[in-house]
Amino acid sequence: MDKLVNKYANKLAAAGLAEKTGPLSPLVGGLDDTLVWNRKGPETKVLEQIFEGLNINSLVFLRPKAPYEKIIRFLAQAALSANGLIEPKDCETRTFLHDLPVVNQFSADKIIRALKKRKSVIIDVPEGNSTFSGTAVIAHGTVSPEQGFVVVSSVCFACFVKFFADYLEDLQLNRASKTCHDLFDDLSLALTPSRTPDSTVGMELPILAKGPFSTEEQIYAAIVQAGRKTVEYGLVDSYFGNVSYCRDNILYISQTGSSLDELEGCIDPVPLDGSSSAGLTASSELTAHIKTIAHTQCDAILHGHPKFSVILSMDCDPKEKAVCPHRNHCHIHCPKKRTLNQVPIVPGEVGTGPTGLCNTLPKAFGDLNHVIVYGHGVFTLGKNDFSQAFDTLVEVETNARITYLKKVQQLRNAHQGASSII
Amino acid sequence: MYGWTGNILHINLTTQDFQVETPGMDFYRKYLGGKGMGGYYLRQCATLPFDHPDMVISLFTGPLVATIAPTSGRGHLVSKSPLTGLVGDASMGGKLPTQLKRAGWDGMVITGKSPHPIGIEISNARVKFYRADSLWGMDTHQVHNTLSPKKAGLACIGPAGENGVWFASVTVDRHHAAGRSGLGLCFGVKNLKYLLVEGQGHPRVKDLKGLKEAREDIIRLAAASPALMGQYGFTSLGTGAVYDLMDNRRMMPTNNFQATRFEHAGQLNAAAYAKAYTPKKYGCRGCHILCKKISKKIGTRDKYSTTMPEFETMSHFTALIGCHDTDLVVEANDRCNRYGMDTISAAVTLACRREITGQDYTRASLLSLLDDMAQDLGEGKILNKGSVVYAAAMGHPQAAMAVKGLELPAYDPRGAYGMALGYALSTRGGCHLRAYPITHEIFRKPVATDRFSFSGKARIIKIAEDVNAVVDSITACKFIFFAAGLEEYAKAYTAVTGEASSAQDLVTIGERIYYNERIINSLNGFDARDDDLPRRFFNEPGTSGNQIQIPPIDRTAFLDARKRYYDIRGLDSFGNPLRSKSKALGLEWTNL
Repeated sequence: MDKLVNKYANKLAAAGLAEKTGPLSPLVGGLDDTLVWNRKGPETKVLEQIFEGLNINSLVFLRPKAPYEKIIRFLAQAALSANGLIEPKDCETRTFLHDLPVVNQFSADKIIRALKKRKSVIIDVPEGNSTFSGTAVIAHGTVSPEQGFVVVSSVCFACFVKFFADYLEDLQLNRASKTCHDLFDDLSLALTPSRTPDSTVGMELPILAKGPFSTEEQIYAAIVQAGRKTVEYGLVDSYFGNVSYCRDNILYISQTGSSLDELEGCIDPVPLDGSSSAGLTASSELTAHIKTIAHTQCDAILHGHPKFSVILSMDCDPKEKAVCPHRNHCHIHCPKKRTLNQVPIVPGEVGTGPTGLCNTLPKAFGDLNHVIVYGHGVFTLGKNDFSQAFDTLVEVETNARITYLKKVQQLRNAHQGASSII
Repeated sequence: MYGWTGNILHINLTTQDFQVETPGMDFYRKYLGGKGMGGYYLRQCATLPFDHPDMVISLFTGPLVATIAPTSGRGHLVSKSPLTGLVGDASMGGKLPTQLKRAGWDGMVITGKSPHPIGIEISNARVKFYRADSLWGMDTHQVHNTLSPKKAGLACIGPAGENGVWFASVTVDRHHAAGRSGLGLCFGVKNLKYLLVEGQGHPRVKDLKGLKEAREDIIRLAAASPALMGQYGFTSLGTGAVYDLMDNRRMMPTNNFQATRFEHAGQLNAAAYAKAYTPKKYGCRGCHILCKKISKKIGTRDKYSTTMPEFETMSHFTALIGCHDTDLVVEANDRCNRYGMDTISAAVTLACRREITGQDYTRASLLSLLDDMAQDLGEGKILNKGSVVYAAAMGHPQAAMAVKGLELPAYDPRGAYGMALGYALSTRGGCHLRAYPITHEIFRKPVATDRFSFSGKARIIKIAEDVNAVVDSITACKFIFFAAGLEEYAKAYTAVTGEASSAQDLVTIGERIYYNERIINSLNGFDARDDDLPRRFFNEPGTSGNQIQIPPIDRTAFLDARKRYYDIRGLDSFGNPLRSKSKALGLEWTNL
């Protein structure tokens, strides 16, 4: 357990979600018969009460780093003045987290009450007598601290996407508040290409292994490399996304729930002739990959969740949306043929259900080697290796970011003649 | 009352009459249904022998049954196990539980003993008893064909339950079984041949909109689960889809658990059955996963009457006993189903025999021994008492691969240490389903854990046992929990019943239900000496290869983990329940 609590505290820092050391670094606790922490802090007393009040074996307490801290605080305060819930619309959150409860006290009782129902709780505590003030995300697990890590990472992603998606829509409806504008202005400094050390923009593209690959060892190495680089370039949170490569009628694909930056030993070889069910632990998107391979004749598929591609995939004219009969089910039933910078956007949920993206994604690949899935992420293809797929993923996200900022600029200019933000 | 009907049927087979109990909401809140309520009634007669007339057989539905909550068409059968002397219970699918609920009953408690073979027929509030002399001796399919239940649900025993097989099962709606623990013999000793139930009612649902939302969440999660609804998941290939995985992970029990890799496995997987039999999808009432596979008997005009073997049967009737003939597996499975006999216990006992005698099986000898077991003839007279009795009688007690008398399923514990702990600690003996650690150790859900480590596993097992006690009480299918969780089911529970609840609130109820079982077992003399694995797993390695090492389990590490479990579960160092913990959980205390 010691090893695990330290591992996931370090991963949160490596993902840019938290400080690596000091009082703002994450607290990760793991409990078997005794409780261990990666470090002790003034908050651990209350967190230990949470362990006593719940049947859990792990807890993650994250003080999110910029820009997440400000975004989550903004959304939390809005939620606290409404129904106490942040309700993101991205696909992963809809499926796995549903909604994000918020409380305004660092109180074991309040936190326990929220965690009894959901995997996470956001706390936003004003200055006062409490041992803690500020914004934090808390998540629990019953199996491993990895669960808490995955959930707090997902909360950060969901809140980031929600803030920027909502802001765009608010601008379109001319209802963005001053607080919202101010926060955007504050954050947009960090979004400017020249100032984004964690951004893909301006980063030198990696040199990935050249295909075609003739041995299993080469394939495994190439998949591991592609997965790791996708996480390093911020194109996916480590837990989500998937990678595959096809050779000799066998699809080698990352396993479900695997971390793209830790794919060693987590790749399933799936015979495409149906002679084996070894794909039982393969990625949830196995069928989408198989159909895409068949449809496109490409060998390599890369799937990430780059944020601005996800944000803009949900962008829809509010007037049209207001009268659309599918407005509450855009992610599965959007009837409109949509694109972002000529890249097709298709609806579809995770998995193989009737509204699964395995039904929409493969046929959307036409002349292009990339498709965006509504509120979810981007799939890119490579003929023989991951170089082209990776470069395309970077390009799609870079363009999405630029497009987003341009759209905001135009809307703000139209509404209030605001100063340039790009 | 919402969700539940408020009515429990008490049947006395000695007097052939019945009474209706209408417990208050406190009882429902405390035990939920299914396994929880079955455990409550078993506790009242915990120390009686399984064949005592006052011993109960309980069948309870849960609050979600007969609603639109996914996979909730299940019930839970509970009595004392003839095979183990422990709590004997099994989840039951098909359509019978739904029919019972629709007939207006949350469950039924059967006591007494009929002087002659008898059947119970329930149609809504009407309960009738019919002599079943003409059905006695029939196999389960013959009973089904004779009674022709149509919309009604039918549970019955075959010759195994009549002839004293300690691992006899109860067959439900032809293709489903309450398989483990020997509950078919519990029916048999009461001369109860069948139970036929039909109902036209519907339980009241407090918040249909909320239930629809919960259902949508659950369905969406199921669709995202590769193990359930993926291309190679249970919907496509049935539970047999696990076969390749166990081979790949080097944890397929082979030659009576002397090895963990079977060289013929690649030709005996679910894909091979699909190709040979083209089975169709089939499932329990209210379930969209349809994990059951049924087929026509090759060369006949049979109407999908053959139940395809589940994963455990596929594995144990091949690797464990050294056979590599899929047709023989299908035939053996069919025979066990018709006789009403648990395939896991049957195969493990045969594997034990093979190890002791050194005799391999031919098609004829294997089927003949199954016949003899069910008919209580020849060597079958001792084989049908299970592997522990057989191995002891043959002077090789160490060859019985069982925990507390219940034969082990098809996951070798040397390949998954949570499973090792789960087997040893399960309240019904060698059972994979109480804690079901395979979900995270192999299926990687909710996240993957290190399968070769005991680190953290004591608490993981304890929490999972409590969660699964809830699952068997509300009553849903464990498979859906590869994808969804109590978070989603608590929402469904609250929507159906109107009872404010949460995932964690339900887990606390699950802890009570599980602890009650631990008390029942302690009252029957079980303690830490029984919470153990066969010595083979500590002394002999499995079959390493494919860059996977399968060493023997480190006994010290195992015992340390078990000790941690006792602390976490609130047991003393001998594994016995504590009065203080019992009181804290709201359970009655009986001095041990």
